Amino acid sequence: MTTTEPSPEAVEEERPIGFGRLLRKEDPRLIRGMGKFVDDIQLPGMLHLAILRSPMAHARIVSIDTSAAQALPKVVAVITGADLAEKGLAWMPTLSNDVQAVLATDKVRFQHQEVAFVVAEDRYSARDALELIDVEYERLDPVIDVRTALDADVPVIRDDLEGKTDNHIFDWETGDEAATDAVFDSADVVVSEEIIYPRVHPAPMETCGCIADFERVAGKLTLWCTSQAPHAHRTVYALVTGLPEHKIRLIAPDIGGGFGNKVPIYPGYVCAIVASLVIGKPVKWMEDRTENLVSTGFARDYVMKADIAATKEGKILAVRTDVLADHGAFNGVAAPVKYPAGFFGVFTGSYDLEAAYAKMTAVYTNKAPGGVAYACSFRITEAVYLVERIVDCLAYELGMDPAELRLKNLLKPEQFPYSTKTGWVYDSGNYEPALRKAMEMAGYDELRREQAEKRERGELMGIGVSFFTEAVGAGPRKDMDILGLGMADGCELRIHPTGKAVIRLSVKSQGQGHETTFAQIVAEEIGIPPEDIEVLEGDTDNTPFGLGTYGSRSTPVSGAAAALVTRKVRDKAQIIASGMLEVSVADLEWNKGSFSVKGDPSKSVTIQDIAMRAHGAGDLPEGIEGGLEAQICYNPENLTYPFGAYICVVDVDPGTAVVKVRRFIAVDDCGTQINPMIIEGQVHGGLTDGVGMATMQMIAFDEDGNCLSGSLMDYLIPTALEVPDWETGYTVTPSPHHPIGAKGIGESATVGSPPAVVNAIVDALKPYGVRHADMPLTPSRVWEAMQGNHTPPI
Amino acid sequence: MQVDVKVNGAPESHDVEPRTLLVHYLRDHCGLTGTNVGCDSSSCGACTVHLDGEAVKSCTIFAVQVDGRSVTTIEGMAAADGTMHPMQEAFHTNHGLQCGYCTPGMVMAATSLLEEIPDATEAQVREGLEGNLCRCTGYHNIVKSVLACAKGSEK
Repeated sequence: MTTTEPSPEAVEEERPIGFGRLLRKEDPRLIRGMGKFVDDIQLPGMLHLAILRSPMAHARIVSIDTSAAQALPKVVAVITGADLAEKGLAWMPTLSNDVQAVLATDKVRFQHQEVAFVVAEDRYSARDALELIDVEYERLDPVIDVRTALDADVPVIRDDLEGKTDNHIFDWETGDEAATDAVFDSADVVVSEEIIYPRVHPAPMETCGCIADFERVAGKLTLWCTSQAPHAHRTVYALVTGLPEHKIRLIAPDIGGGFGNKVPIYPGYVCAIVASLVIGKPVKWMEDRTENLVSTGFARDYVMKADIAATKEGKILAVRTDVLADHGAFNGVAAPVKYPAGFFGVFTGSYDLEAAYAKMTAVYTNKAPGGVAYACSFRITEAVYLVERIVDCLAYELGMDPAELRLKNLLKPEQFPYSTKTGWVYDSGNYEPALRKAMEMAGYDELRREQAEKRERGELMGIGVSFFTEAVGAGPRKDMDILGLGMADGCELRIHPTGKAVIRLSVKSQGQGHETTFAQIVAEEIGIPPEDIEVLEGDTDNTPFGLGTYGSRSTPVSGAAAALVTRKVRDKAQIIASGMLEVSVADLEWNKGSFSVKGDPSKSVTIQDIAMRAHGAGDLPEGIEGGLEAQICYNPENLTYPFGAYICVVDVDPGTAVVKVRRFIAVDDCGTQINPMIIEGQVHGGLTDGVGMATMQMIAFDEDGNCLSGSLMDYLIPTALEVPDWETGYTVTPSPHHPIGAKGIGESATVGSPPAVVNAIVDALKPYGVRHADMPLTPSRVWEAMQGNHTPPI
Repeated sequence: MQVDVKVNGAPESHDVEPRTLLVHYLRDHCGLTGTNVGCDSSSCGACTVHLDGEAVKSCTIFAVQVDGRSVTTIEGMAAADGTMHPMQEAFHTNHGLQCGYCTPGMVMAATSLLEEIPDATEAQVREGLEGNLCRCTGYHNIVKSVLACAKGSEK
């Protein structure tokens, strides 16, 4: 079932008991400057850590002299890779079962790699001391161009790996190659294009950092950390340091944005832990903006050869791709083990195909590690960009309207659950109403008329369409784990005697508003007002185990856990109510906050009455223990598949090639909506990312491997001036397997919007015969495309 | 050296290194951690405070430069009884924040902007906030929050 309008109650009711536009509980402290971010925490005797980074992309370390730095007043310690190697801590595991240097011992493998660190009494002195460390490097040729990384004569980056003789990481494939080739061989129309998704960086406003505090007497490490995945990180730190897991407490306080940048384990965290273990005092490490941009988890960096086959009438038959993936110097991608390319396998998009095939090769280069980040839903950004761009190329060749071509090929509602040609089972969808709604909101036909008139006058106006399907909520433990940790989420709910509640979660908000939405889920299920429900997360000593917040998984996984644990508590409450009302359980009905006797509503007890009874004196029904609480671990049976239809309108100045995004219409379907206000906010943010990636953002390198995007003056992200007022709408197609029908929304707009913007710009350039142009479409790159000499960005 | 600053109406006096940035003076010496550091290079605006009533980026000004002057931080925006400043209230009711890291700087920049242009239009608000980056909200609800406080807006 799909509804295209919100229920009146959801819109009207300002302070609902359950779902609806509830203002956020976390706002007051953050608006007053009373939030508690990692760098806000000051501990008595705390020391400060700063990291020395390599100026070269590829070099052998000949010698390191730390004596002058050691002699600087206020410096407590200077540690090199050799010092760490003595403790067996120079290398650490990555989330992809590779290893990464904590501090370089033999070679540096990317510019700005960690080489040494200083611990000092204040942050300025620590930085001063970095200047006094003398490192002699022997330059090695860097491998920068991903296309030549596998050539026979290039240097081997990872000679630390035994027997490694090339820069190859893995090959991966999905789909049926022979069947796909057969469809292509007999198709009327085949269109091919090389499509590049350049390297970008999430750049959350708060950079990464931590405070490590090892108490020697208790033998316990407390780590305040910018972590999106507190429990998974605690396990990794136990493995890295050898400290027993119960002696590590990880606290993720307020987090100033994550977008996947705070999922990997970074050397800085490990350095701070080691420093505190050695020195016995709390040690703070906060990277600066440059360090964040040049060394922490980047995103994308895919070179994709794409082919699409269709009939001459525009029925899409098959999609095929061959991808070259740049993973940087260490394979640090965060993705389920069985999915080295993340969920790129959903590159078949929202269309009914006869066949599909993808193959991929991942390689090492002398660049910072990463790859899966920036609201990508495990590489679905790349997949959606690929299919939505190549579908537009097909529309160009067929001379068809791109919206018309999509409408002709979208999956039909009766095809769900739909098994794709690459093995994914889309849970529910009703695509055409979403696209029709977006077209109606945009005034699509009128826009096309306006465009035709403007083209007559030599003005460049473009209209871009994209339709995406995401796969979020990793994931079923039979298929998905990270470093052997299954991706199920624990959750615990306790109702206090007076009917107030606390829910403990394994996930961790970085701005998503969990304190509000999870209180709403509990409220919806048990009728306790959201303001009476405390949401606790981000503290491993006080929350159950689970894998954290990324890949839009909080609502699909922990949201389901929250609903189910609340139902479990409600079931117990019903038994207690039956004793209080002296009727059988079956004779009670639930009225969102109270049980009453069927047919006699005057006989009822509220959840608050029941809570007091559960904790009070007197008998409870036979076999029922006191207290009103429950804990579960939710293992999702499938991913959820949100979708959406986006339309972007741009104007391109023919004289300067400056692109102005005039309008953007986004219709999203994330199933049941918990808080439409928060959903819209997340969509707004993601759309801004899309404009940023499409028109300005890229982490670039020169041929020596120098990172050219190490500041916010060089790595441009959109300001309020570059984006329009966003026009959002939605349809609601609940997930059939999620207990409340919700699907996850956090990354939809970042995934779906880049192709809409690029399609719009390319559409604007149609008079110049442009069929494809690669991001970032800066004025100079748009100008090149207009002159017919557009070159790839890498 | 001794630096005396009136911060949120109260005198502060601290012996700091001459190179101490105002943002570190506020955070590390005055204990006012509401002002955040986002880029250290005056690109992002997270550290915006009011210096003698005007918005400045506190990561690119030395504490000694404000000796004897008056600084207002986000902690000084609410009324004495704790009531939030109308701009803070507008950010709450219009969902003008998500992670909250840029919010103190945004509120300080926005109030300064309306001080200068009380009846600012949407275009003027967008232009006026160009120096403050946000990665979560896409600016939509921030602009809405500021416009809700502008003169002539329907309250």
